[in-house]
Amino acid sequence: MDHTIVALVEDKPGVLNRVASLFRRRNFNIKSLNVGNSETPDVSRMTIVVDDSVDASKVEANLYKLVNVVDVQDVTDQPAVIRELALIKVAATPGQRAEVASLASIFRGSIVDVASDSVVVQITGTEDKIASLLELLNPLGVLEMVRTGNIAMMRGAMSGKRYYQEKQTVNSGQ
Amino acid sequence: MKLTGAEIMMECLVKEGVDTIFGYPGGAIMPVHDAMLKYPVHHILTRHEQGASHAADGYARASGKVGVAIATSGPGATNLVTGIATAMMDSVPIVCITGQVPVHLIGGDAFQEVDVTGVTLPITKHNYLVTSVEEIPEVVREAFHIARSGRPGPVLIDFCKNAQLGEMEFEYPEGEVSLLGYHPPERAPKADLEEAVKLIEAAERPVILAGHGVQMSGAMEELRMFATKTNTPVAMTLLGLGSLPASDPLSLGMMGMHGEAYANEAIQNSDLLLAFGMRFDDRVTGLLSTYAPKAKKIHVEIDATEVHKNVAVDLPLMGDLKNVLTDIIPMLDEYDHPQWMSEIAEWKAETKERSIMSWRDDGKLYTAHAIRALWNATEGDSLVVTGVGQHQMWAAQYYEFEKPYRLLTSGGAGTMGYGVPAALGAWFAKKEEDVWLIDGDGSFQMTQSELATLVQEGANVKIALMNNSFLGMVRQWQEFFFDKRYAATPITGPDFVKLAEAFGVPAKRVEKPEDAMDAIKFAQETPGPVLIEFRVEMEEAVYPMVPAGAPLNEMLRRPIQEE
Repeated sequence: MDHTIVALVEDKPGVLNRVASLFRRRNFNIKSLNVGNSETPDVSRMTIVVDDSVDASKVEANLYKLVNVVDVQDVTDQPAVIRELALIKVAATPGQRAEVASLASIFRGSIVDVASDSVVVQITGTEDKIASLLELLNPLGVLEMVRTGNIAMMRGAMSGKRYYQEKQTVNSGQ
Repeated sequence: MKLTGAEIMMECLVKEGVDTIFGYPGGAIMPVHDAMLKYPVHHILTRHEQGASHAADGYARASGKVGVAIATSGPGATNLVTGIATAMMDSVPIVCITGQVPVHLIGGDAFQEVDVTGVTLPITKHNYLVTSVEEIPEVVREAFHIARSGRPGPVLIDFCKNAQLGEMEFEYPEGEVSLLGYHPPERAPKADLEEAVKLIEAAERPVILAGHGVQMSGAMEELRMFATKTNTPVAMTLLGLGSLPASDPLSLGMMGMHGEAYANEAIQNSDLLLAFGMRFDDRVTGLLSTYAPKAKKIHVEIDATEVHKNVAVDLPLMGDLKNVLTDIIPMLDEYDHPQWMSEIAEWKAETKERSIMSWRDDGKLYTAHAIRALWNATEGDSLVVTGVGQHQMWAAQYYEFEKPYRLLTSGGAGTMGYGVPAALGAWFAKKEEDVWLIDGDGSFQMTQSELATLVQEGANVKIALMNNSFLGMVRQWQEFFFDKRYAATPITGPDFVKLAEAFGVPAKRVEKPEDAMDAIKFAQETPGPVLIEFRVEMEEAVYPMVPAGAPLNEMLRRPIQEE
C-alpha cells in the first residue's frame, strides 16, 4: 500500500530542493508530491506519497532531520481525509457533451470548460474515484490530464503536529 | 556604528569563539579576508582549499570546537567539497564560508560562479545562501549551533559579495538560537530505559559497541562506569578508539573488517549488543544477514535516521549518549559474566599468538613495528593523524590508544590525502601535545603541498611516512581477490627526503628495523615539522581481514611466520 506523509516545512527558498534531494539521495521513489500554503504564515505544507517499496518510518526520520522541516507525520493508517483534484480534457463533439456531463456528475465532477471538440472535466476525490471516472472517459478519448497529487488532513481534533507533542511529553516525564 | 557585512561576519565569528581560520583568498571573498586583519583571528593559508576543509576538520576533532574554513567562490568552494564530505561522514563540526558572486549576478554564469549551496546540499548538515547584510548575524549563530549540537556536522555559508560589502548597524542577537524544526533528542524516556535494564539484566554474553558518539558526547567516563558495573567488554569502531583505554581489561580493541579477531568473535557470539553512538557501518558488520544472529540489540543514538538503517534493533534509546548513560547507570545492579569473559580470553590468547608483534626479527621493516616504535617513543600519548589505507589500519591496530581525541582519521569517507592538512589543523588545536602524522606514500602525495603550510606556520608536526611503493590497500585486495593483478597500484614517488628538505622540512630515511628508534628520536628532538620515511615491506597485508560480503567472524588470518 502507498504511504501518505504530511510535512510542515519552513517557507524558504530551496526547501523543496532539500526535500527532493533527500528522496533522491536515499533512493525513496516519490509517487506524488504536493506543496502549498498552510494555516500558518511562513510554513508550507507538503503531502508526499511513496509506494510500499519504501520504509515510511525512514522517510519520516529523514525528513524530520532536515532543519527546515518543522513536522512530519505518516497519516497512512490514521483517520485522515485524503483527496486529489484532476482536470481531464476529453474529446467530445457537441452531441457527446451530455454523456460526458452525466458521467462527471455521477462522480460529483463538473465540466469547467467547453470547446467545439472537447470539454474539461474537473473531479475531486480519492485516487480510486478518479481512476474509475477515467476508465469511463477513456473510450471517448482523453486528450490531456493533470492531477494535483494527494493532499491529506487528519480528521477531527487530531493534528499534524506530532513531534511537538512528543517532545513535550518527553520533557515533562523527566 | 555601521559595519560592513564582512566586518559583521568577523564580529560574529569572534563571538562564536573562533580564533583560527583555515582558508584561501580570492575575488569573491576578499572583503572578509580584508576585514579579518582587524580581528584577533589567525588565518592559515593552506596550499589548496581541500587542505583548508581538512585542517578545519582536524582542528575540530582535536579541540572539540567548531573548525572554520574559508574560500572564494567557484573553484575555491568546490575544492572544499572533499573535506566537507569527509566531515559529514564522520559527524565533525565545521563551518565553511564561501564567497559568492553578488546576488544580482546569481544564475547568470558569472566569473567563478558555481551553485555551491546546490553542490553541497547533500554533504552538509545544513547550508545557507546569504544574499543581504541583514541576514548575517542570525545565519552565523544558527550555523554554529547546528554544526556543534545534536549529531554534529558541517554547515556551509555561501556569502554573496554584495552582502559582504553592504553596511548596517550591527547588534549581536542575544538569547539562545531557536529553530522551528531542529530539536535533537536529549534524554531517552524513562520507560525505554527500564526496558533496556531488563535486557541488560537478562544478558549473559553482552558486548558494548563504542562508536564516535562516545567522544562526541564526552561520555568516556560514563562508558567506563557502565562497562565496569555491568562487566561488559567494549569493542570500538575505528573512530571509537580511545573511548576506553586500550589497556583496560574490558577493552576488546577495534571491531570490524580489520578489527581484532576476538572482538569480532565476541560480537558474533553475543546475546546483547549495546551500540553506543555508532551506526553499524558495513565496515564493522560484515555480511548483514549473518551479523550477531543471537544478539538482542540496544541502540543509543541521537540521530533517528540511523536507527534500523542497517541493522534492525530491538530497542532504540534516543538521546545524547552521555545523558542516556548517566540516567541508566543508577538503575543498574552490578553484574558478572565470568564464563563469557573466559571465552573471550581464550580467543584473545589465540590472536596474540598470531600477531606480528610475536614474530621473531627477520631483518625486515614492517609498518607494524615502525608504529610500535613510535608508540614506545611517544609513550602511547601522541595525537595520531593518519591518511587512508593500510597504514591507517596498522595505526589503529598497533598504536594502542589510551586516551580519547588522540586518533584523527577519515573513517566513513575514507579520504586519502586527509593526513597532512588534518595534522596541521590538529596542531593548531593542541600545540602543547605531540602530533604525529602516520601517512602512506599514496595518501601523502595527494596533499603533500601542505608541507609548505607546515613550514610557514612552524607547525610542530612529525610525519612518519610508510612507503611501500604501492597503493597498499588496493594492492592487498588485488592479491586476495584479483589473482594478484596489480592494476594501477604500483606507485613511484619523489625522493621523499629531498622533497621534504626542499620544503625546508628536515627528513631522514629508515630502511632497517634497528634504525627506526634513532630516527624517531631525531624527529622528536628537532623543532618544527620533520619527516621520517620508512621504506617498509612492499607486499605486506593487513590482517585479520573480513572480505567484503563475508560474515564478520570469517576472517582471513595472518599466516604463521615461516621458519
